[in-house]
Amino acid sequence: MDIRRDVFQAIADPTRRAIIALIALQAMTPNAIAEHFDTSRQAVSKHLRILIECELVAQKQKGREIYYSLEIQKMKEIDKWLEQYRKIWETRFSQLDDVLATIKKQKKEEK
Amino acid sequence: MQMDFIVDKEAKTVAITREFAAVLSLVWDAYTKPELLDQWWAPKPLTSRTKAMDFEVGGRRFYAMVTPEGVERWVVQKYTSITPKTNFKLFNAFADESENLELPGSDWDLNFSEQDGTTKVSISIYNESLERLERMIAFGFREGTMGQLNNLEDLLARLKNQDPGT
Repeated sequence: MDIRRDVFQAIADPTRRAIIALIALQAMTPNAIAEHFDTSRQAVSKHLRILIECELVAQKQKGREIYYSLEIQKMKEIDKWLEQYRKIWETRFSQLDDVLATIKKQKKEEK
Repeated sequence: MQMDFIVDKEAKTVAITREFAAVLSLVWDAYTKPELLDQWWAPKPLTSRTKAMDFEVGGRRFYAMVTPEGVERWVVQKYTSITPKTNFKLFNAFADESENLELPGSDWDLNFSEQDGTTKVSISIYNESLERLERMIAFGFREGTMGQLNNLEDLLARLKNQDPGT
């Protein structure tokens, strides 16, 4: 099955949000990340895999260890989308203000 | 008027609240009558063109957002619950020109209330997937930005002409 991951899914889970907060400070190995959680290493690996699929997290090989780091740019994109969505509604509502004002004026003139 | 725009990423919900300087019946009409909706729904320079609409439970609004070049993006909003002049709920989804839905969509809950001639509208939008939101913005906002840039160019051109030094 082809599951397309999206960013909302990545940040919808509390463990994944905690992982994001952890590695935002510095790149970490999976073992170091897992130490911060009560869940199994396997569970942490699964969350990391989802974060990678969402392109929120990148992995880099350093010597014999793999380090996970946060893709800050991707996090910013989320806020950018939402900011654009907010602007659509602002524009829409200011247009509604105009429509309402026009109708009110028309009604007054009819009286 | 101030607009509240609250994103709850965990709950995948966007909550928007806005007040309008008009009585409730007028605002309700603006949200529920196609000829009025088409006047304000699409952020400029897009236009909204409602092809079919029956505002009743089980009914829907089938409309297109149209770019200045004439590119159409079809949307279906199915009304799932209506309490006149108080609340209505709808399921929103993109579609093709034959009204085939592109899922997933989003669930909207719209509340209306009036105080002293001012009407407050609270809209809650639950998105199953951000991907959908992303696509919508990619279509709608790109056009909006281009419009703003054109306006800026016009303004700059005017300012240039006004400058007595050149």
